[in-house]
Amino acid sequence: MPKTILFIEDESAMQKTVGAIIQKEGYNMISALDGDLGIKLAKEMRPDLILLDLVLPKRDGFDVLRSLKQEEQTKSIPIIVLTNLGEMENIDKAIELGATTYLVKSDYSLKEIIEKIKKTVDGSLI
Amino acid sequence: MRFLKKMKNNLFSSFSQRINIIEQCKKYGIPVWQCPQFLFLLMGCVIIVTSVTIYLIGSHYIEDPEVIVLLVLFLATFLLAMAFVIVHSFEKLAETNRLKSEFVSIVSHQIRSPLTNLKWIVELLMSGILGKIEEKQTEYFKILKENLERMQELVSELLTVSRIEATKLVFKKEEFSMENLVRDLVAEFKPIAKSSNIKINMDLEKNAPKVFTDPFQILQVIENLLYNAIRYMNFATDPVQKDKEREINIKVYHKNSNIIFEIMDNGIGIPKEDQKYIFQKFFRADNVRRYQTNGSGLGLYISKSIIERSGGKIGFESREGVGTTFWFKLPISPK
Repeated sequence: MPKTILFIEDESAMQKTVGAIIQKEGYNMISALDGDLGIKLAKEMRPDLILLDLVLPKRDGFDVLRSLKQEEQTKSIPIIVLTNLGEMENIDKAIELGATTYLVKSDYSLKEIIEKIKKTVDGSLI
Repeated sequence: MRFLKKMKNNLFSSFSQRINIIEQCKKYGIPVWQCPQFLFLLMGCVIIVTSVTIYLIGSHYIEDPEVIVLLVLFLATFLLAMAFVIVHSFEKLAETNRLKSEFVSIVSHQIRSPLTNLKWIVELLMSGILGKIEEKQTEYFKILKENLERMQELVSELLTVSRIEATKLVFKKEEFSMENLVRDLVAEFKPIAKSSNIKINMDLEKNAPKVFTDPFQILQVIENLLYNAIRYMNFATDPVQKDKEREINIKVYHKNSNIIFEIMDNGIGIPKEDQKYIFQKFFRADNVRRYQTNGSGLGLYISKSIIERSGGKIGFESREGVGTTFWFKLPISPK
């Protein structure tokens, strides 16, 4: 059965681009355009991996990350933070809150991002 | 009753926030001694001390107590007015500084997001997943991708410069070996150098003492210098220069209590009249601009800031038409 990736990202263009390649790689993708919906879907669908942006409407990504790591149903799901915030303090905060990996979008090509996603969801980066 | 209690708590919380000078100063991102709240407190103490001093001195020499009171009042009012003007000016400066940092941070993120979107969309189109791409289309997609990467690099550099100027550039210091850092980086650059027909030679002192600073920042400096060396060699059009062995020589060694890094190229060199400006922001030498219209002119400014922040020094020697040697030295780790 194909693995499922939940992408919590408010930009639909980013959802579409990353989604196209994730689906091409044979994974199922679920989209959430804000943190509250993301948490709800994470609890219901129990994805194999969560991709999380930090700059989100209503509730910021750190808050979402904290909630996901505190909830019993979602705390063991690996989370890759995928953001354009490159400051060291953000990286440290995310890792402290339980993110598996922190990727600054502008530092990687799409191919490199997908490779890292595949490695994490297939278990070798956890 | 509950409402009164809530109001009391809110007032108390607001009051304690206001008197917590360290917290108030942190939001400006400036040292405490430049912080308007601290300055106000300091001026307040000066006014009190001056008033008491004038009163004590006045009561020695002036008999009429009303005159003493008027003198103290006048002086206190004058000092208070001065304090208000000074603190108000500092507050404006501090607020401008905070807004500038916030603006750059927000804008750079807001620009980075659509740039990354565009770059990834181009990569997706070029991958062929969404349909076959004609060769001619690939050529234009490549140009689009290169220009997007240039814009991304410029935004990153502007953000770094802004952090340097706000003294907010974060350094994660650790002990590391320059030899290993250089060796790993050169290995990554070898394909680029090979494609330009350039040989990179390394003379790295074995087991040289380590340095104690942020390796990621030093890596950026070396990357910048190496990238410049390759670029300047590619600009060489003079037949004599073109026929020369295209080599970049890198040396790492220790001297006294410093580790020295040197990179020598035989590229176009830097014109003498431009040399004193080379580390300035946005400066690009005339001979470079002739060959290459892009480039931000920020790389060397950033490199100098990083080296100086690490307690080191950076410099160069250059002759136009012959080549350039850039060097920097870092203090050996005290550990």
